[in-house]
Formats: sequence, C-alpha cells, structure tokens
Amino acid sequence: MISSSLQQLAEALGSKAISSVELTQLYLDRIARHDARLNAYITIDAEASLSQARLADQRLARGEGGPLTGIPIAQKDIFCAKGWRTTCASRILDNFVSPYDATVIQRFADAGAVLLGKTNMDEFAMGSSNETSYYGPVRNPWDLDCVPGGSSGGSAAAVAARLTPAATGTDTGGSIRQPAALCNLTGIKPTYGVVSRWGMIAFASSLDQAGALAPSAADCARLLNVMAGFDERDSTSIDRPAEDYCREIDSRPNGLPLAGLKIGLPKQFLGEGNDPQVMQLIEAAIADYEQLGAEFVDVSLPNMGLSVAAYYVIAPAEASSNLARFDGVRYGYRAPDYRDLNDMYRRSRAQGFGAEVKRRILIGTYVLSHGYYDAYYLQAQRIRRLIANDFSEAFRHCDLLLGPTIPSPAFKLGDKAADPVQMYLSDIYTIAVNLAGLPGVSTPCGFVGKLPAGLQLIGNYFSEARLLNAAHRYQQVKPWHLQLPPGFAE
Amino acid sequence: MIPYKPLPSNTSVIFAMSLTLEQVRRVAQLARIEISDDEANSTLAQLNSIFALIEEMQSVDTQGIEPMAHAQEMMQRLRDDLPDARDSGERRAAFQAIAPETAEGLYLVPKVIE
Repeated sequence: MISSSLQQLAEALGSKAISSVELTQLYLDRIARHDARLNAYITIDAEASLSQARLADQRLARGEGGPLTGIPIAQKDIFCAKGWRTTCASRILDNFVSPYDATVIQRFADAGAVLLGKTNMDEFAMGSSNETSYYGPVRNPWDLDCVPGGSSGGSAAAVAARLTPAATGTDTGGSIRQPAALCNLTGIKPTYGVVSRWGMIAFASSLDQAGALAPSAADCARLLNVMAGFDERDSTSIDRPAEDYCREIDSRPNGLPLAGLKIGLPKQFLGEGNDPQVMQLIEAAIADYEQLGAEFVDVSLPNMGLSVAAYYVIAPAEASSNLARFDGVRYGYRAPDYRDLNDMYRRSRAQGFGAEVKRRILIGTYVLSHGYYDAYYLQAQRIRRLIANDFSEAFRHCDLLLGPTIPSPAFKLGDKAADPVQMYLSDIYTIAVNLAGLPGVSTPCGFVGKLPAGLQLIGNYFSEARLLNAAHRYQQVKPWHLQLPPGFAE
Repeated sequence: MIPYKPLPSNTSVIFAMSLTLEQVRRVAQLARIEISDDEANSTLAQLNSIFALIEEMQSVDTQGIEPMAHAQEMMQRLRDDLPDARDSGERRAAFQAIAPETAEGLYLVPKVIE
C-alpha cells in the first residue's frame, strides 16, 4: 500500500479494497513507528484525522468520492487549520491553535482528503536545511546524518519515508524543489498566484507560493488540481479558468512522448559550481530526454548570478514587515516579565523568534530604513526585473529550462548551520524562479552514493501541466522516484 | 498599484559596506527585538558577511530599469469595505480565546498613558 500512487489509492478506496479509516490508521502507525528517527511531524491528532476519515468513508459509500477523497495528506505547519495547533515551527506560535482554515486546507477538506498531521519546517520557512525549527531538525530518511533540505523538510522527509502518501509545501526561494531533490521526490512550485496564500503564514509575500511534494509527477498533478484556483480572499490570487493539470499526463502521444518539446540548457546552471557526480546524472538525464523526443538548445540567463543577493534583500525586507504582526498582543507568545508596552514587544519577539528569523528581520529592517532604501531595496527590485527579463528572453527560444535543482546532494546536519552565506548559496538554482514568479518542478534523477539528486525543470507562466508531463515522461523511463530509503520500506 | 516615480538624478546613494555595533542596536530597536551586547556582537559579524554577499548588486548598472515589486503585472483588486458573513461578530470570542490577555472584548496591553 505504501508504494501506491494517489491514483491507485483512489481506486483501492473506490473499490472498497481498503477504507479511509484503515488507510489513515496505517499511516498513523507508520508515523508512530518511524518518526522518532526523522522528527518530520510537529503535530499529530489521530482522533481528528480518523474522524475526517470516517466522513470520507461515508462519502465514498454514497458514491460521491473524488480523486483525493479518503486519502491522508500531511500539511506543512505553515497552513492554518481550524482546531489544529499551527506553529510555523516557531516558539512565538507554539501555543497557537488556529480559529480558521487556510484556503488550501479548506480545499483539501472539500475534496474529502484527510489531514494526517502538521509537518516540521524551518522556522517561518526561513532556512534551507530544516535546522532552524523550534522543534528540532528533521533528518533525511536516505541518511539520518544528513539534512532533508528546507524549508519544507518535514513534508519531504515524511513523503520520502512513506509516512504520508503526499504533502503540501511552500516555496519562497526553493523550499519545495530543494527538499524534493534531496529526498528523491517530485516537488512543484506553481506560477505565483495559482494557489491561494490566504491562511498561509506569510514570509515574503511577493515570492511565497504553495505547492506539492509526492513521489511522482502524476501525484503532484492530482494534488495541484485540488490546491489551485482563484480565491477572492488573496489579493494576489489570479482569476483564470480552472485547468486539469493531469491532462497532458493522461494523454496518449502518437510517436515519441516529448516530440517537439524544446528544452533550453542555461549555461549558468551547468558550470563548475556543481558536484561532478550530480553533473553526470544531469547529463544522463539530458540523453534520456533526447530519447523521449525532446530537442535541446543552449540559452543564457546572464543575471542569474545576482539572484541570491537580490533575494536576500527582498525576502528579508518583506519578512520584516510581515513578522511585525507577532507582538504578543493578539495571539502567540507573550514574555512573562516586562516593564512597559515597548519592553513587552521587544522581549516577546526576542524570546519568541529564533536566531535565523531575527537575523532576517534585522536585515530587512536595515535595508528598508532611511538612507538605504534606494541602494538596497530598489536596486534589488531592479535586478529582479533583469532576472525576469532573462527568463522571458530564454523562453523565446525554448519551452522549458533544465538543470540541477541544487548543486550537491544533501549535506550533513550542522555543516552549514554556522555560516548563513553558505546556507543561502545552496538555493542558487531555485531562487531566480521565485523572483520571476515562474513555475518549477524538481524530479529525482539518480543517486550519488546513497543520496538522491534532483533535476529542475522551469517553465513559462502557467505551464504547470506541460512541466509535470515532462517530468512524468522521464519518470516512465527512469523510475528513480519509486526507490524507497532502506530502513523505511517495512 | 503605486505608480513608479523615477529617482531625481542628483540623489546620492549611500553604500554601507559594513555595519557598526551601534547600527545593529539601532536596527534591533526599530524591529522591536531585545538584543544583548553579546548577541549584538555575534550578529554583527554574520550580518556583515551577508551584506558582503548583497554588495554584489552594487556593481550592476540598472539605470532606466523599472523596479519589479511583484511577480505578476496585475492591478490590486479592491472590494467594498464591508464585513461579509465570514467576519460576523460571533467569531470574536473564538479569536480572542487565543489572545494572551483580554477583557470585555478588548485586547489588554501594559498601560501606555498614566
């Protein structure tokens, strides 16, 4: 059962081969047995999950089930879920039980999916290794000494160890694609504005986008079908007709499955900074894509090298503004002792936020302060446009871009924790995609020793169906995604 | 959307290559985060290494490039400023149940005015 795709699970539930209660219990048992080694979940509420499963079984019995009805899904602990503790992996929200559902949570509930638990993450999604969580680091199921990536590291580890069939994530600078790559999963960050941000705790609002992590591209397409859609409560939600993200995957091509697809190889993605073994896997994947009918062209993204610098101005600037709301007044942590109102704010925030979150708030406050705004914030926004223009130019010559998701496989816990700049550079290939607002997918492309590597595909705006299909066709000939980490197969 | 106004050409741009301890304390005060001297010192070194990375941007000529504030070129949607059913008063109790301190439907904070 734990190797089943979402489609197979839906068929098993539809044919009564298994009930939602049984399936949910199976995953709750796996979490109880294995999660002490991973720390992938922050909150489990078996009774709440099983009561949703019972409702799903009734719905299935009435013949009213949809593609996700009765299927347990883990939710990143950044999505507010009514009655569930929603912490964003921060002490400042340790006691926060959400009084409402995020739109993403509501859409899964409407589809009849079961909320299996809330997954661990970097505090406020600020991190690339899941080491900044107030609840402790998450470990990579492929090597318990290594990080799972971040910030959606709990979601990635949980799916990789099959402690859930699939999970949600959010991606501000690579936080879905990078952990997907390090944990042998498919991860999709949709076009900015495709999935509602309402009820998703904000980090950097012009970059944040929710998406999905699952073993296969076909699974991700089914998840996106439920998650995507216009939401009037998110002022940046895009009002456009709903689409079926499975449509290209489900089609039967005449001839080669990717005939006519033109893939660009940005030279900035394929240079010397990459681990040579990761590069060998990427080159092998390029050959596989040629066999599938794709054509390759060389392209250039000349300003890509500036993306990390621009990101570490824009994202902290937006974060410093967004996180001003955590003040110890309306919800969350309030310091026990203080002299006056200002002191209450200062102590509540000092005690409630972890070191990385404080660092980013300080950077953001500084770059927005008087005298520095033009030199940093506006300059970063101008560079953001140069980067977006580079992508537009590249997409005049090709349909998709291909390269590694991250230059190296997973690193050891603690290796980069003391050096923020080294940590930030691990997102070098993912950040530019967020700055431009484009969709990106990471798909497994093989192993370096026992550690997985990921291949990133980037598409033009709203090309999710095509991106997922390009990953899917590759997965049909190179099913790396079906491999399970030793120690979690039982 | 807020229309973009280009800078006057004589605007002097300040390039801060590194922060001072006093600036770290000042920024922490602006951000309402209490910071000890030890923390300020260790934060200073880390912030300066991050700013060294950020300084790469300063060598790029961006004259005439319009800042990109958002990932999508779209107008901000507006709605009537009226409560809808979801905002009804019945939810006040639920929202205040999770507050550190309330009384009679109000959020309590330390006394500000004597």
